[in-house]
Amino acid sequence: MSTTSAEPAGTAAQPAPSRYDVGRIREDFPALHQKVHGKPLVYLDNSATTQKPRAVIDAIGDYYSRDNANIHRGVHLLSERATKAHEDSRGIVRRFLYAAEDREIVFVRGTTEAINLVAHSYGRGHVGAGDEIVVTHMEHHSNIVPWQLLCEEKGARLRVAPINDRGELIFEEFEKLLTERTRIVAATHVSNALGTINPVKRIVEAAHKRGIPVLIDGAQAVAHVKVNVQALDCDFYAFSGHKVYGPTGIGVLYGKARLLEAMPPYQGGGDMIRSVSFEKTTYNDLPHKFEAGTPDIAGAIGLGAALEYLSEAGLDRAAAHEHELLDYATQAVGEIPGVRLIGTAREKASVLSFLIDGVHPHDAGTILDRQGIAVRAGHVCAQPVMERYGVAAITRASLAMYNTREEVDVLVKGILKVKEMLG
Amino acid sequence: MADVSELYQQLIVDHSRRPRNYRELRDADLQAEGYNPLCGDRVTLYVKMDGDVIREVAFQGAGCAISTASASLLTEALKGKTKPEAEAVFEAFHKLVTGLSGDGGAVASQLGKLAVFKGVCDYPTRVKCATLVWHTLRSALKGGHERVSTE
Repeated sequence: MSTTSAEPAGTAAQPAPSRYDVGRIREDFPALHQKVHGKPLVYLDNSATTQKPRAVIDAIGDYYSRDNANIHRGVHLLSERATKAHEDSRGIVRRFLYAAEDREIVFVRGTTEAINLVAHSYGRGHVGAGDEIVVTHMEHHSNIVPWQLLCEEKGARLRVAPINDRGELIFEEFEKLLTERTRIVAATHVSNALGTINPVKRIVEAAHKRGIPVLIDGAQAVAHVKVNVQALDCDFYAFSGHKVYGPTGIGVLYGKARLLEAMPPYQGGGDMIRSVSFEKTTYNDLPHKFEAGTPDIAGAIGLGAALEYLSEAGLDRAAAHEHELLDYATQAVGEIPGVRLIGTAREKASVLSFLIDGVHPHDAGTILDRQGIAVRAGHVCAQPVMERYGVAAITRASLAMYNTREEVDVLVKGILKVKEMLG
Repeated sequence: MADVSELYQQLIVDHSRRPRNYRELRDADLQAEGYNPLCGDRVTLYVKMDGDVIREVAFQGAGCAISTASASLLTEALKGKTKPEAEAVFEAFHKLVTGLSGDGGAVASQLGKLAVFKGVCDYPTRVKCATLVWHTLRSALKGGHERVSTE
């Protein structure tokens, strides 16, 4: 420590929060530093998947280079190391979500599998003919279709809470749908198409008042919003690793231990059993009861590395940076004549969806791509949202912790070029 | 690297903005629907025959500039063609947009205005946009009323 510090005594104990250095963050993501079609890559498709920091890529490489072994069974050293790394990651996820216990963290393939697990394992035991499941109009297909399948099987009914023109849940209408027939509420935390942040705490409170459990789809939330499942008091929370700087093929289902304990297994196989005989099989403890077969060990380790990376960079600071950037982008893109923003909720994260007058989003996507700008064009797996706005598709730019104002400026120029060519 | 303006040639932009023969043919002899579930593009194609000769073709639907222009130019190109001739144009067009036509010279002369879609072969994700209406045509000519899907 410097002895010539001019700092008055007493302030050193509370260091000023270090500035968020996006340039420094960008250095950690190798894929950002490339040209596409001869132009510097401007990666704005983060809602689809985020790029990976070196720490994640290295964690996966190191695991396969050094520790690769099957877990929970080998007595040899490599298996011990692999098991420890895998279970350490579970602890990282538990701390990231502020869950009470490691056994409430179930590793799955992704959000989709997590929701299917709940629909099968919880839903089948609790939903019957004439019962109802409540979702919102802004759900991703993966938080609609598993419930539809369950409803078809059971003769139950899917009820849809409407959204207003800004893309916000109409809360009074949502509350009206909660009845003595409602068996589960499944709602997204952040909309992948609109960027809307749902009032998930109020949703949980309203449902719990009537004794209804709640699943929150956190796929688009965890990289942008601090999640505390205990404060939220949700019963289930699902997210995917690859949307929070981790690898594909790994995701998480958080469930309250009390509920998970009572649920039957989702898949049968190795690792999820305590003992097997042809007469009777007894199941393993949580969370292993829901993790049949050899899991994606490297994926879990990579996810742990991703969450540690994000925590070290500071989720709050990253979120503040993104929020500022989203405001900047909303204004800059919204000011372009002939551009209509889709999704203008007062509480938003990451997502800027828009339409250009007279231009199909796919054409916009192609022309932007040729300028190095990666966006999503299409129905973004939310066809009911498209139908709500009377469009077949949208163009979606979505921001992450490593995006910059300069990149937003490139996007604006790109949209102007689209207009010049086709508008 | 091809510039994006090679794809969006003036003729394509013009036909996407003002598609020709964009209407329903109420007395169509053949009709088929095409759908691309990935992007939501839809096209309904109406064909009126005179014996074996295509007397009139029209379409309706919603799609991107490439698919709309492709449909519009198809309706112009096929008027007066027999079914086998239309099939031959389909084959040539398919080769052109998938990059299998070599330098494109021979195929281009067979295709006339449709040769404007040559740039599509540099955009693998957009080939289906250009061919949706052609697959729909094939279904219509076979007398099928079922919906064609690109997936």
